[in-house]
Amino acid sequence: MYDVIIIGGGPAGLTAGLYAARGGLRTLICEEKVFGGQILMSYEVDNYPGFPKGISGMDLMDNFIKQAEKFGVEMNYEGVKSIEDEGKTKYVVLSNDTKLSTKTIIIAAGASPNKLNCPGEKKFTGKGVSYCATCDGAFFRGRPVAVVGGGDSALEEALYLANLASKVYVIHRRDQLRAVKVLQDRAFANKKLEFIFNHVVKEIQGDKFVNGVLIENTQTGELSRLEVEGVFIYIGMTPNTKFVEDLIKLDEDGYIIVNDRMETNIPGIFAAGDIRVTPLRQVLTAASDGAIAASCAQKYIEMNF
Amino acid sequence: MAEVQLTQSNWEDEVLNSNIPVLVDFWAPWCGPCRMVAPVVAEIANEYEGKLKVGRLNTDEEPEIAVRYGIMSIPTLMIFKNGEVVDQIIGAVPKEYIVEKLEQIL
Ligand SMILES: Cc1cc2nc3c(=O)[nH]c(=O)nc-3n(C[C@H](O)[C@H](O)[C@H](O)COP(=O)(O)OP(=O)(O)OC[C@H]3O[C@@H](n4cnc5c(N)ncnc54)[C@H](O)[C@@H]3O)c2cc1C
Repeated sequence: MYDVIIIGGGPAGLTAGLYAARGGLRTLICEEKVFGGQILMSYEVDNYPGFPKGISGMDLMDNFIKQAEKFGVEMNYEGVKSIEDEGKTKYVVLSNDTKLSTKTIIIAAGASPNKLNCPGEKKFTGKGVSYCATCDGAFFRGRPVAVVGGGDSALEEALYLANLASKVYVIHRRDQLRAVKVLQDRAFANKKLEFIFNHVVKEIQGDKFVNGVLIENTQTGELSRLEVEGVFIYIGMTPNTKFVEDLIKLDEDGYIIVNDRMETNIPGIFAAGDIRVTPLRQVLTAASDGAIAASCAQKYIEMNF
Repeated sequence: MAEVQLTQSNWEDEVLNSNIPVLVDFWAPWCGPCRMVAPVVAEIANEYEGKLKVGRLNTDEEPEIAVRYGIMSIPTLMIFKNGEVVDQIIGAVPKEYIVEKLEQIL
């Protein structure tokens, strides 16, 4: 039996793992895709304290992984299909149908990027449609691209793409951006960026690869086409809570409701990071949640076993 | 079996003329998800030793091959059989998803 099983190997899960293992708990992290989480998609993280020159998401997560490993966390590449609560003993069911028993669970499965759900999006994924400018930007050197969205991620990635692409259209459905001011200032000052407000993407067009997007003016309904070879989509995230929704209390948007000890509605089951209801979703806050969840899981074990 | 480092010069021998299927991992040093996918690919190389060849191609160093196969997104995993692309997986995906695809063609 494990003391704690952590679901998800992003910043929240890796930090929870570090704290739990360092506290002497038998700890396992299950990660269905790749350790590191969403921040692997970010080229530069310049708001994680301790790195005044900034650091790439990949290097930062390399460090998180090494530090968790140092304290003896077990890690596996298995997705979690469901969890079961039988009071003191809890079960985690893996995608290969193995059932593991544990005293506590920390849900740190994060969030996934929203899709546009328009024609062409699926067909051209990997053929011009991308959710990761850091990964794919280099394939668009000297070519025109579009970024869809108006939040922090959209602007950060648009600014990154401006170093490579010949032109970056930023398509946003509202008449103003949601991103923080410092990013807006940098974006408006960048000559390669062109803002297209009050427009939504109706279709991603192409032949073998993307060659344009069809956009609609939300005020007039007028359609027009932009000649672009890449479309980078940053229109928010959806929490990965489907697999726990029968057991765990969620808010109306699907985020897990926790108290200030990261406890969910079920004793011994905690949640941390982007997956929970919180006013800020960052690496720092995810890590902080992970630390609190692990430490409270340890106290729960001391009291109940 | 160790993974093969693929280049333009060994591409034909190692991939196109291979007598067993080949899984090619297209990656680049600046791609975070690529670096993190590497251990999964290494696990697969071990588990399928003798049945599958696993190769890695750095798209920065070998752009011609990346262009030839229309790579616009990495990581991309391509499965070759008798010199032909029989399947491809774009982006970081669960290991079981890769295994499922492999089982279909092996
Ligand atoms: C493009 C981009 C740029 C960003 N830039 C910044 C920045 O500059 N600074 C900053 O602080 N933050 C930034 N963020 C936000 C930051 O990445 C997130 O806040 C942070 O990664 C949240 O960590 P997490 O561990 O809660 O979740 P995630 O990072 O989402 O990790 C969750 C992990 O759980 C795994 N998982 C999901 N479901 C299951 C399951 N059923 N079983 C097993 N594993 C599962 C996922 O594969 C994933 O690896 C950025 C985000 C994006 C997308």
